[in-house]
Amino acid sequence: MSNDYPEVEQGDPPLVPENPLRDPADRRLPRIAGPSGLVIFGVTGDLSRKKLMPAIYDLANRGLLPPGFSLVGFARREWEDEDFAKEVHDAVKEHARTPFREEVWQQLAKGMRFVQGTFDDDEAFETLRKTIAELDEEQGTGGNFAFYLSVPPKFFPNVVQQLKKHGLADPPQGSWRRAVIEKPFGHDLASAQELNKVVHEVFPRDEVFRIDHYLGKETVQNILALRFANTMFEPIWNRSYVDHVQITMAEDIGIGGRAGYYDGIGSARDVIQNHLLQLMALTAIEEPASFHPKALVAEKLKVLSAVKLPDDLGKHTVRGQYATGWQGGEEVLGYLDEDGIDPESKTDTFAAIKLEINNRRWAGVPFYLRTGKRLGRRVTEIAVVFQRAPYLPFDSYATEELGQNALVIRVQPDEGVTVRFGSKVPGTSFEVRDVTMDFAYGESFTESSPEAYERLILDVLLGDANLFPRHQEVELSWEILDPIEKYWDTHGKPAQYPSGTWGPAEADEMLARDGRSWRRP
Amino acid sequence: MKIDLTDTTSSKINAALMNARRAGGATAAGMVLTLVIVTDEGSAYDALKAANDASREHPSRILAVIKRAGRSPRARAETRLDAEILVGADVGSGETVVLRMHGELAAHAQSVVLPLLLPDAPVVVWWPENSPQHPAQDPLGAIAQRRITDAVTAESPVGQLAQRAASYTPGDTDLAWTRITGWRSMLAAALDQYPAKITSAVVEGESYNPSVELLGLWLTTRLHVPVERVVTGGPGITSVTLRTKDGAITLDRPDGLMGTLSMPGAPDRQVALKRRETSELIAEELRRLDPDDIYAAAVRTPVERLREPAAAQAHPGPDPDPEPAPVVVEASVANPARVTAKVPAAKKTVAGKTEAGKTAAKKAAPRKRSGS
Repeated sequence: MSNDYPEVEQGDPPLVPENPLRDPADRRLPRIAGPSGLVIFGVTGDLSRKKLMPAIYDLANRGLLPPGFSLVGFARREWEDEDFAKEVHDAVKEHARTPFREEVWQQLAKGMRFVQGTFDDDEAFETLRKTIAELDEEQGTGGNFAFYLSVPPKFFPNVVQQLKKHGLADPPQGSWRRAVIEKPFGHDLASAQELNKVVHEVFPRDEVFRIDHYLGKETVQNILALRFANTMFEPIWNRSYVDHVQITMAEDIGIGGRAGYYDGIGSARDVIQNHLLQLMALTAIEEPASFHPKALVAEKLKVLSAVKLPDDLGKHTVRGQYATGWQGGEEVLGYLDEDGIDPESKTDTFAAIKLEINNRRWAGVPFYLRTGKRLGRRVTEIAVVFQRAPYLPFDSYATEELGQNALVIRVQPDEGVTVRFGSKVPGTSFEVRDVTMDFAYGESFTESSPEAYERLILDVLLGDANLFPRHQEVELSWEILDPIEKYWDTHGKPAQYPSGTWGPAEADEMLARDGRSWRRP
Repeated sequence: MKIDLTDTTSSKINAALMNARRAGGATAAGMVLTLVIVTDEGSAYDALKAANDASREHPSRILAVIKRAGRSPRARAETRLDAEILVGADVGSGETVVLRMHGELAAHAQSVVLPLLLPDAPVVVWWPENSPQHPAQDPLGAIAQRRITDAVTAESPVGQLAQRAASYTPGDTDLAWTRITGWRSMLAAALDQYPAKITSAVVEGESYNPSVELLGLWLTTRLHVPVERVVTGGPGITSVTLRTKDGAITLDRPDGLMGTLSMPGAPDRQVALKRRETSELIAEELRRLDPDDIYAAAVRTPVERLREPAAAQAHPGPDPDPEPAPVVVEASVANPARVTAKVPAAKKTVAGKTEAGKTAAKKAAPRKRSGS
């Protein structure tokens, strides 16, 4: 029996190409990130406290982080490592999705460090360099670090230049250094290109991860499963059957305390440029050759570059501002009355645009994209609305209440898929009315699916770029939005809509012009 | 909501379920599988609780089959089906039916279960204890895509592995295997980080715990190196050592909660490696319903492939100090006589295996046999 075992090899240890303990068939074993650490700039911010820290804990709790994973916070505040650990502890206790377990916390806490400083402080970056070197020693992070820039974009050049200057962006042999940046990726094409230039000067293209947290959502990933793992949707997923597509992202909140960030940016730049165009791309793409990041991005780029703007932007785009009103039983301020907003501001808090995609599959099918603040309720959905049946062999009154068939992908909240179709109303007369068939994630799968940030942070550590928009996508998106913003700058001003409604009357008129109407999501 | 039906039939149960759902305004559409639990009154409570917890991740119809054949001839003569239907928030997501089968009906449980399966959804059968000799040929096992047994509850837990191997049919799985997923993924991650050639391995853990053997057998099948089995006082698995030319990769968990991973050229690191609840194990099992080939390969490897420690007396219990490990390497490699001497023992049959298990068991006081 003993000769079953291969001889112990002598001499240099051979490079083992594959881990003998892993097998593609062994699907119980999760993908665990390799030895690595994460450095968060702007660690005292809201995003970091409410999303990043809990996501890191949840990943650790699910056993997906490598042993010795390290978390370094960088901020101006005068904290010691312990203060930082306490802050993370509190954030995790309050916001984490999975139950708090002391032993998981102990594992994480050992690798927590805090570096105090400002972004132009050479000394602080030198400390950061030392901290990272120490972590490699103490925690075995192997020189692999991701730098998460959770700071306003105006600091990006500063931070990346400092990283370069102090040799932090140069990975030691056999390791990696990655940059993670959050939206906004510029405010128009020129600024986006400038930003990409700044970051790419220091980090190679493949090591820059742009976070669009929508792409980390289970429902968004499910668009690909729905379209490419099934046979029943694909045959009708084209201009022969689809009448139009509506993509909505509505928020019920106002701008809150973000006046400084929001004014001058507006909802189109904030939401349409990234989230909605990404959702549109995933809804419209052709089947990628594989799920290799390059294959997927190639298809998305094809769709985005085939986008055609309406000739008359005045008729097919609408922007609005929320006015004082009652929302959900509460009286709320209008946008122009909010603290810190110029009463003359022309910033849009609602935007609706019509796009077409010029290819064989979609020619002539309008994609209506809308987003807004202080709308009826918080909801994001993609509605594919189908054409009416070419002929109805019923009395006209029998189908009076029959709408168009629709397939609705509910991105959030209440994630799931709804199919709307006509059904006979029970009774003696023949009457057809719309009914819905429903698939809800919460019903069929886990009670709480992983948060988008969990998935995205893990993907950064694994180096999997599939769920991150590439710089070409960002630039193409700006090419789509720039002419609209330019038109809005020079023509008129935003229409006012009462808070708590579904946007200005102009938006309804925009669809009525095409003989269509908005779904009430 | 709880509905009691005495002396009933499957179709009455079905009707009651539908009414209960209508009253609650919910539909059965969201449920993804039917979980049949074959148990007795004694363990029904714990099993149902675990299954209900797991159903929060996998909404399912849970059918608990409790066989009450009856002790007296009079009791055996009466054939009766009693059902207890539980729906609503307090029983997880999904619905639960407890089926008590009296008299001769106990031998025909599948006739009751078959009409109650969800249409077109997978069926999983779980025997928390007293699993049949051949799960796939059991009348209830035959209707299931997945059959979950638990070797640790058998009279001879390690001997049970041979039985599992002999009767293995694709779709079989054992909770003794599920318990070691955490260990396996951490060891795989360790090799990701330190991809050296492994020359031999050691697994240490309590006796009467087939998870320790399964982990050793898995390492045997994957690494093709000799693996030693060391008995310690537990709890569960206490340590795994993978030896390389330059030193050992050791994952040590003396307290069943927190592990320490050490490898050459890297600092020791702590990893949370908690022993999991039954509900978490069931939830993991229900996540994938396809045959587990890796389990099949591990369980089919005879337990005799695991070796007794070359220097067993040097390891009286959990050893917090990993330093003595290299000594054992040399002992096992430098002493070919020891290896040869082991060969005849390895040729013994199943009976011999049980003996070996018992011998090993004597070396440490038996502990609570709940997890890995």
